[in-house]
Amino acid sequence: MEIVMAFVCGFLFMAAIYLILSRSLLRIIIGTGLLSHGAHLLILTMGSFKGSAPPVLSEGVTDFVDPLPQALILTAIVISFGVTAFFLVLAYRAYHELKTDDMTLMKGSEDNE
Amino acid sequence: MFQVLCIFIPLLAALFMPFFFKKISSIHTGWFVLVVPIFLVIYYAMFVPTISKGDSVIAQLDWIPSLGISFVSYLDGLSLLFSILISGIGALVVLYSIFYLDRTKEQLHNFYIYLLMFMCAMLGVVQSDNMMTLYLFWELTSISSFLLIGYWNNRDKSRFGALKSMMITVAGGMMMLGGFVLLSIMGDTFSIRELIGQAAEIATNDLFAVALILILLGAFTKSAQFPFYIWLPDAMEAPTPVSAYLHSATMVKAGIYLVARFTPIFASSEIWIWLVTGIGLLTLTWGSFFALKQTDLKGILAFSTVSQLGLIMSLLGVGAIAFHVDGAQDTIFKYAAFAAIFHLINHATFKGSLFMIAGIVDHETGTRDIRKLGGLMSIMPVSFTVALIGSFSMAGLPPFNGFLSKEMFLTAMLSITEFELFNFTTWGILFPIIAWIASVFTFIYSFYFVFKTFTGKGQVDRLPHKPHEAPVGMLISPVILAALVVVLFFIPNVVADSFIKPAVMAIQPFLYSSPGQIDIHVAAWHGHITTELLMTIGIIALGLILFLTLSKWQKVYNLFPSKLTLNNLYDFIIYELFDRWVGGFSGLYMTGSIRRYLSYMLGAISISVIATLFIQDAFKVTLVGATPIRVYQIILIIVLVIGTIATVFAKSRITSIVSLGLVGYTVSLFFVMFNAPDLALTQLVIETISVALFLLAFYHLPKYKKEEERTRFRFGRAFVSIAVGAMVTLVALSAHSQKLIGSISEYYKETVYSLAGGGNIVNVILVDYRGFDTLFEIAVLSIAGIAIFGMIKLRLSRKGEKL
Repeated sequence: MEIVMAFVCGFLFMAAIYLILSRSLLRIIIGTGLLSHGAHLLILTMGSFKGSAPPVLSEGVTDFVDPLPQALILTAIVISFGVTAFFLVLAYRAYHELKTDDMTLMKGSEDNE
Repeated sequence: MFQVLCIFIPLLAALFMPFFFKKISSIHTGWFVLVVPIFLVIYYAMFVPTISKGDSVIAQLDWIPSLGISFVSYLDGLSLLFSILISGIGALVVLYSIFYLDRTKEQLHNFYIYLLMFMCAMLGVVQSDNMMTLYLFWELTSISSFLLIGYWNNRDKSRFGALKSMMITVAGGMMMLGGFVLLSIMGDTFSIRELIGQAAEIATNDLFAVALILILLGAFTKSAQFPFYIWLPDAMEAPTPVSAYLHSATMVKAGIYLVARFTPIFASSEIWIWLVTGIGLLTLTWGSFFALKQTDLKGILAFSTVSQLGLIMSLLGVGAIAFHVDGAQDTIFKYAAFAAIFHLINHATFKGSLFMIAGIVDHETGTRDIRKLGGLMSIMPVSFTVALIGSFSMAGLPPFNGFLSKEMFLTAMLSITEFELFNFTTWGILFPIIAWIASVFTFIYSFYFVFKTFTGKGQVDRLPHKPHEAPVGMLISPVILAALVVVLFFIPNVVADSFIKPAVMAIQPFLYSSPGQIDIHVAAWHGHITTELLMTIGIIALGLILFLTLSKWQKVYNLFPSKLTLNNLYDFIIYELFDRWVGGFSGLYMTGSIRRYLSYMLGAISISVIATLFIQDAFKVTLVGATPIRVYQIILIIVLVIGTIATVFAKSRITSIVSLGLVGYTVSLFFVMFNAPDLALTQLVIETISVALFLLAFYHLPKYKKEEERTRFRFGRAFVSIAVGAMVTLVALSAHSQKLIGSISEYYKETVYSLAGGGNIVNVILVDYRGFDTLFEIAVLSIAGIAIFGMIKLRLSRKGEKL
């Protein structure tokens, strides 16, 4: 399963990078969303899927999965959410001020500033 | 201690100059400055009796003791001679500048601060025994020279000249620093004296030749040797006192000093002798030849300085041969070092006075163009006399000091031919011939300088100013220097005993134990006719003929293609190569487009990571330890892939957003599948909020543009994304297949209840074992919230007003 998941993560990264390299701001943000999904799944995969019970103590269970990657991912999810929210509002403001969401027009060189 | 402080006295005095200039503006600030060099001359003169016996005085002030860097004032024959030249000519130049620069029109405090800074730097260069402080002072001379050349900074030419000299001398200084570092690695010390003590071991080191060439580059750029001389003529835009001081008597001799100082270390090398002698002679000939092309008085003097510096340099090169021979032969080459130092003193006297005369002519007539000048002899008799003395000495005529050193120069060059080492028997004959030709040209431009300015018809009425003799104060300094020119001719041996012989001993320390052993007696007339004397007569004869027919053959200079000059090469390198080509090249990839930069970065990362994986043979796949695949997992993966594809290729925004939501919920299901309930919960909630946010933004953001549609498939973009995807997969596969150590989670699992009193291991890790992560994750969320609030609420208009 880990082998398959490695390919899935790679695929998510590939799709994310393809979106990030596009011109529209919204696409870029969607790309970062995909990128964080890929990264989270990658952390989980690298932690291995061994173990058959969720990491919560209960009677008679000893075969927990590794809790540490889960804690790391939980932190990462919250942070990437904060960044995504900020990024979205930034895009909204940028479009409001500059009347464009095309990255090629947002160069800020002296000729179009 | 006080000896070290003396180096810094000019710098300390400079602190007070703005005060004198602003508060005591009725007195010319120069008078206050004058005290400093006069004090220094007297102070250094007190060392003469000690030093002339062959002793040396050393004082040290630690600066960075842990690195072995300290300010050292090491006075031996060579550094004392330079110190006295610097402070002595400094005093004369300050006196001259008092009358040259107007008290009311010029920013005098700036001028004198730069000048004093330079004086301090120069004293530091010649007295430093520690190579690091030597370099420090060396760059300070470059900087103060830059400031002084650009003193009239409202003129374009001044700024150009200042920049050019800065670029060239600092480039050389950097090379020199490299050489110093290499030397200190070889000898494990920064002290030049200690390095001289280890000269024999250093010469066998592999880095020896590299250090040698780097240090020579520093010396050649500073001393305006071929092909680095080009900054010197442009530095003539400086005020004339500066040209007289920096660009004839002192700073340009810093390179000479460096070569002389390092001769004991490097002279054992054949490269050193060939480079120093060869470049010196080339510079001598080149400079003397092109001096005649100049029409500006200071331009002529600049080229003549270049050529005379070449002469001194070549003599130092010949003097280095003394390290390779012994017995009777080596006296010949001691002679060369002696001649170098002697000519150095002579050049400082006559060139200083000539520059001051050029300044006087400029000051009194309003022009320095030799084509407009002429017939000033009767109007400015004193200046004419001084110019005549200076020029005749430069040409090498008796009874002036230039004659003596020119004779010794010819002797040294002739002696090369008698010597069998490094191919000198085959090529040696060229040396006296080149030297002789250069001397002829020196003779011509000396005459050209003085007679075209002061004699002839002249058009006195058409000059910008009505010419008259300069004020007495302005004439004092050149007259003193001209008097020295004559005095040195008549008492050369007094100077030789007190200054030159100790200096020669510093250059060739292994050969003597005291300066008294140098049995050289300077004589104007050796009592019989020598080859040198015949050569001098030849110089005078041919020089006179060529000078008188100058107007006929001067056209020869027009034959040289005006485009193929070293100045054009410099302009090409600076303005074409660096500005246009390099600027254009960086314009090719620095497009300002973030997508390009991202492509470069991501492409570079993925290619290098993949390449490293395969070069290091780190890629391995093993199925051992992998968990089996189940059917529902396959279904989920298919859903995820479909959602992702839909996100990427959707034509409308809403499809993209919803597909992204689909992907997010699928990820949440993955978390369920892999036994991560907390993650699944969080992911579900967060994904819901995210999608809501996206939908909010959806309302405000514009529609996807046409060209963004999926038909517009870009190869580069696809390549980069495939490379990144492949990198992630490959790294994940090989990392998974080569796990070396187990997880530390066993500890958490065992102690979660006993130590932390909780049952949910993930939550206990978040708030107990690793609570700091959570604290700052909360901080991140708060910052994001505040930033979002600020971005929406606070709006500054273009004018900076709050709306």
